[in-house]
Amino acid sequence: MTIKQEAARDKKNLLTTLTTILKGSYGSNLTLLITLILMIVYFSLVAENFFQLDNMMNIARAVAITGVVAVGETIVLISGGIDLSITSVMAAAGMTAALTIRAGAPFVVGILVALLTGALIGVINGLIVTKIHINPFITTLGMAQIIRGFAYIISARYSSTLTVPVEGFSELGRGRLLGIIPYPVIVLIVVFIIAHFFLTKTLAGRYVYSIGGNPMACRYAGIDVDKWRLLFFAICSMMAGFGGYMLTSLVGSAIGNAALGNEMNVIAAVILGGASLAGGEGNIIGTFLGVFLLGTLTNGLIQLNVPSEWQMVAAGAVLMIALFIDSWRSGGYK
Amino acid sequence: MQKTNGHSVLEMCHIGKSFPGVKALDDVSIDVLPGEIHALLGENGAGKSTLIKVLGGVYSADSGQILIDGIEVKVENPVEATKIGIAIIHQELNLIPALSVADNVLLGNHPLSKIGFIDDQELTKRTQQTLDMLGLHISPKELVSHLSPAVCQLVLISQAISRNPRFLVMDEPTSALGDEDIKCLFDVIRRLTKQGLAVIYISHKLDEIFDLSDRVTVLRDGKNVATVETKKTNRNELINFMVGRKLTDMYPKTKIKISEPILEVKDFTAGGASDPVSFKVHGGEILGVFGLLGSGRTRLFNALFGVIKGEGSVVIEGKAVKIDSPTDAMKAGLGLLPLERKKEGLVQTLSVTDNLLLSHYPHYIRAGFMQDRLMRKSAEKWIKSLQIRCTGANQITRTLSGGNQQKAVLGRLLEVNAKVLILNSPTRGIDVGAKVEIYKLMEEICAQGKAVIFITSELPELLGISDRILVMADGRFTGEFKRDQATQELIMRAAVGEEIFACES
Repeated sequence: MTIKQEAARDKKNLLTTLTTILKGSYGSNLTLLITLILMIVYFSLVAENFFQLDNMMNIARAVAITGVVAVGETIVLISGGIDLSITSVMAAAGMTAALTIRAGAPFVVGILVALLTGALIGVINGLIVTKIHINPFITTLGMAQIIRGFAYIISARYSSTLTVPVEGFSELGRGRLLGIIPYPVIVLIVVFIIAHFFLTKTLAGRYVYSIGGNPMACRYAGIDVDKWRLLFFAICSMMAGFGGYMLTSLVGSAIGNAALGNEMNVIAAVILGGASLAGGEGNIIGTFLGVFLLGTLTNGLIQLNVPSEWQMVAAGAVLMIALFIDSWRSGGYK
Repeated sequence: MQKTNGHSVLEMCHIGKSFPGVKALDDVSIDVLPGEIHALLGENGAGKSTLIKVLGGVYSADSGQILIDGIEVKVENPVEATKIGIAIIHQELNLIPALSVADNVLLGNHPLSKIGFIDDQELTKRTQQTLDMLGLHISPKELVSHLSPAVCQLVLISQAISRNPRFLVMDEPTSALGDEDIKCLFDVIRRLTKQGLAVIYISHKLDEIFDLSDRVTVLRDGKNVATVETKKTNRNELINFMVGRKLTDMYPKTKIKISEPILEVKDFTAGGASDPVSFKVHGGEILGVFGLLGSGRTRLFNALFGVIKGEGSVVIEGKAVKIDSPTDAMKAGLGLLPLERKKEGLVQTLSVTDNLLLSHYPHYIRAGFMQDRLMRKSAEKWIKSLQIRCTGANQITRTLSGGNQQKAVLGRLLEVNAKVLILNSPTRGIDVGAKVEIYKLMEEICAQGKAVIFITSELPELLGISDRILVMADGRFTGEFKRDQATQELIMRAAVGEEIFACES
């Protein structure tokens, strides 16, 4: 074989490998990663303060809470559901945690109370979806209203802001490890790693994909589909509860309209990350990239002094472009 | 190369189409003369529907061309197909139930008034014209959701005709129709052909083909077998063309010792409403279950498997079991291959490995984590022994051919070592070669002392592979036959309600 032929073969092999990667299950992640890098390069060139350690940490801290909540949403979306009540859960869980800590309990107990508040609401969501057979969109939309209402009712008793005047409470939200890395970022990374292993290596994770892919087939295969879907809703709300605690710690107080309207940003990040609204597809690395992509965009536009209205337009456009690329990559919208 | 007689209005020449793992069409040609009814005949999986989907622009062919009046046309999508005068009536009832007959008939062609609103009067009038032309007595204002399947089929035909097609393709249009409706439909088709319409008529009912068609083209395993004038052929010749092999080759029946009963069902009712039924199945036995559409067989066995509610005594290997869910059923040693492979059997987004092991995931946990290597090894073992044709254990099952998908679902029942395997129409919609492999697998399963309950609506395979046959009608058993007692005629008589118990077990 001549050198020329060999080179031609290598080139062909490389092309096939590239196509395989792009069409593989992590292909959309590659698209996202390239987009993210291009975006960082662009903003670094046009905004002088952008590519600095401090600003990078700002981006990471800004997306940390969204990221933690997005992990739960990813699980529910892949399993074929959707949860619109996450941000209401954040407000409610922040409030129950704040009340607990104001009453003198240690922070750990406050976190547990926030997780429990979330899990409880998630179980109710799950029960309504699996036992009364109301679709998850409607169920969690209704639940979002109810929980948000309760959050307002409670906060009204404390003239709408439930402050937590306890020394050290805000450390988790505002503190930095060694004065450099914000604690929320560390939390985010730990949560992402655990979630990644949860989805790829545990039985529950397999069932997330299986049930999302075809719940009926899973039922015929002898899997207790209802039980597992209930668990996924509970996990999602629990993550939202934890996000709520982090937010309260960051702000220093719990308020009724905490994270109001943010559920769409979370869902957008997850979808951007490649999770299918139809269920069965998606992964945590994608969600990680999706969250950072949107966060980087917002930060970059702020650096460029783009008005917030136009930031919204840009975020929406990026989402649509990403979905367009993805649909083109995977053979088009049908 | 293609021999044209100069008259054909529509020709499909040397069409080839492959899907991953299966060559669906291999150099297939067909042509239609004006006013001709050209029947397309072949078994399930022979490639009839694929060919029609190529014509209708649903699939694009890998090779070959389509000619209209001798001129090559490109049919890129269904809209274009409609534009060049091709109307296709697919098997599925693609109607919108919430809309009226008129809305459905003129779907996409709604007449508009001058200011752009829908002209309801014109809509009704034009629909009525189409219905009258076809001699149908349906009100244009009736909601489709209120109509029977037979009438829906007629509405679909009206929809196709309202577009004034030059070519009409009908894919098994009579499967949901009664005799009266079929007669009416055939009159309509004959009348339309007198006006020059060219028809491709797909069916595997030979009577209809002799009744209606001018010529027949037979496909088998994606290839042209023959094109003959209907007048010059006969049933036996067509069957030989279709099957292409002797029945003894199709059904690899071997002698297997039939042992003690494994499953005994007594006074069992499905969903509370039907009559109680009792039956037994033995180790090493293939129990064929036959019934027409609506006979309640799927219902009965779904209830037995815990998918829907059922009541009665179930004894497996001498132990009474209580089954409230598929989970219970599998624990008790039952396995069910569901009727609808794609809807109920397969998780199409997952790999071959995952589909094979879906029921058995907990078996592959070590220290809380799923063991990918163990799983792949296990899957590879099944892929080899079931001869699943795939690029590897990680291939996504969506891209497998029907037969290989079915083997993956069947493998799942073997993986959990089910003792009684209920197979609901396992060979439906898969090609002939894969069918034979499934029959062989059934034999192998029996050789291990397990039992197979084989539900089917195709008589040849029922007679070819069953040791004993139960026939259902109206939710109860109306016939029971040993292998050597059963004939097509006896089974059909039982299937329409006559009680024939040739053997007592």
